[in-house]
Amino acid sequence: MQKLQTGKRPLSFYALSIFFGLFVLFLYGPMSAIYILSFQGPTGGLTFPMRGWSLHWFDALFSQQRTGDFAGAFTRSMILAVMVLLLTVAISVIAGLAFRRRFVGAAFVFYLAVASLIMPGLLVGLGVGLTFQTLGVQTKWFASALGAQLTWTLPFGMLIMFAVLSRFNRAYEEAARDLGATNWQIFLWVVLPILFPGMIAVALFGFTLSYDEFPRTLLTSGAANTLPMEIWGMTTNVTSPALYALGTVTTLVSFIAIALALGSIAIIQWRRSRPVGNVSSAKEPE
Amino acid sequence: MNPADQRPAARGSIELAGVTKRFGETIAVRNIDLKIPGGCYCCLLGPSGCGKTTILRMIAGHESPTEGAVLIDGENVVGKLPVERGTAMMFQSYALFPHLSCTDNVAFNLKTRGVEKTERRARARDMLDRVRMKSFADRLPAQLSGGQQQRIALARSLITNPRVLLLDEPLSALDEFLRLQMRGELRNIQAEFGITFIHVTHTQMEAIALADMVVVMDQGQIEQAASARDVYDRPRTGYVAHFMGGQNVLAGTITSRQSGNFTIASGNKKIDITAPRSATASSPAVGDQFEVAVRRDRVRLTRAPSQAADAGVNAVTGRVSGIEYQGTWLKISIEDACGEGFVANVPDDQFFADPLKMGDPVIARWDADELHYLVARPGRAAANGSTVVAAAGS
Repeated sequence: MQKLQTGKRPLSFYALSIFFGLFVLFLYGPMSAIYILSFQGPTGGLTFPMRGWSLHWFDALFSQQRTGDFAGAFTRSMILAVMVLLLTVAISVIAGLAFRRRFVGAAFVFYLAVASLIMPGLLVGLGVGLTFQTLGVQTKWFASALGAQLTWTLPFGMLIMFAVLSRFNRAYEEAARDLGATNWQIFLWVVLPILFPGMIAVALFGFTLSYDEFPRTLLTSGAANTLPMEIWGMTTNVTSPALYALGTVTTLVSFIAIALALGSIAIIQWRRSRPVGNVSSAKEPE
Repeated sequence: MNPADQRPAARGSIELAGVTKRFGETIAVRNIDLKIPGGCYCCLLGPSGCGKTTILRMIAGHESPTEGAVLIDGENVVGKLPVERGTAMMFQSYALFPHLSCTDNVAFNLKTRGVEKTERRARARDMLDRVRMKSFADRLPAQLSGGQQQRIALARSLITNPRVLLLDEPLSALDEFLRLQMRGELRNIQAEFGITFIHVTHTQMEAIALADMVVVMDQGQIEQAASARDVYDRPRTGYVAHFMGGQNVLAGTITSRQSGNFTIASGNKKIDITAPRSATASSPAVGDQFEVAVRRDRVRLTRAPSQAADAGVNAVTGRVSGIEYQGTWLKISIEDACGEGFVANVPDDQFFADPLKMGDPVIARWDADELHYLVARPGRAAANGSTVVAAAGS
């Protein structure tokens, strides 16, 4: 519905538009410089001007000898992010369902979980690392770092699930029970499908938070680096546009993750709005 | 009189025996005994919080009674699952699964029973056809109007082949026009399937329009369980008379009794009425609390010389304090000298032959046999009828 009023836009509209334009420029301006510079020619340097265009620095990135173990760090980060994603989704859904019953100490447990949002990440990492050391267990990216990252992703996941579940009508479950569904059938056929779009949001958070997590991972990942630590190392060692190539590649991965999440939500919505049961309706002699 | 009595063999008879339900400290339902014949359209009627939905949920198996038994066709079903009871419930919000098409919503019960996909969809479509929703089979619930959603919810419940269908305020989510239309459809579907319908509502006219049997409830107790006509025309208590509307309730203490007449008084107000004819053991005596109802449409209005004029027996005097045109009749509110209200429903032709104006003094009279004596209920009389009050609201 459009307003009937067709007069001029107020001055504040232009002021806020300019402000928003500046914000977008500030957000994407410096990054675009990095993306452009990553296509620097083989003889080019870290700054403008461009000396030709090439994919030379992307090639350099994947050849270990010059720039460190980028491919290994990237693989580790991807595996770790997927592990964090799966655990965050599973635990958040279960915790969300559990918190619907006001069990004894629910508020305490909730604040305990959410407190790690305000805890300094480096301290959490330090604590986890120290604990492993005390216990005589080596810190590993897939063990100690995984746990440290979950302290960061779970509160987000849980808060999202709480918001999703607060809009979830319990009558759906009662109706399903009324229609003869067992608890397990109710969960699989009614609760999970209705919560699914929310779960994708949790998955996206879990993945991206883990993928660029630095402070909690620094002291818990053990001998092998994850990607953010590799990048950090490179900013101090590498003095070539390979650094920019790295920035371009990681940004691309982030965009792919977001596109996958949004795309899957769009696909679900399309599948839910398209006519179903075409097969059986085609059989009917109408 | 109850049409349901004509088919006593029908399945789905329900009996509540001494049922009490407590939620912590609060008592939602107090020691209720109720028998609903099979194949009956029964409305549970009462204000919000009166316990009607709790009763429905206990019959459905979504709540367990704290005390007492729920019997369906003579068998105690407490502790059984809804499907084992042969009940199906239609929720107030309909609770259609938003991610499933109408067909799959209706087929849900068949899916839980392991019926193969093609067959269950075919059977769901047959059921959709019976509620005239076949052309919407592939739609999602969000793409339907309120009335259409309700038919899908009905089909989803009926496919379980229940003995008893439980409807929790099924019409409250609809607008006025649809409500009247769906009300008729519910009645038709009940007649077609021949099963017991128990319908919770807080709307009096909805209940009496639909039900073979109306159960009026208040504060977790049954005030009256009878045919729609009895509940409206012959309310048992002052509460029912007030709640159903259409009645003037006169209440007070009997101050004298002579030549077949009572004088009942409350405050400064005195009214002479004909006493009940048959003298029984429980016949009221001087000093008793007494309540009597007179239907608003059985009251005749005549002009009075003044508001102080003596009305005589079976009459009240007052001043016109409200005139509402209702099409075929007019609702005339009268306020007596003490400020108490009384209502007369006057046919439009009668009214317009000699229209009354606001403030006109009038006498409202009724015949002795229009008096309906109410059962005084201890503890409740004080709440509703300690004054000579007519239900002026609604």
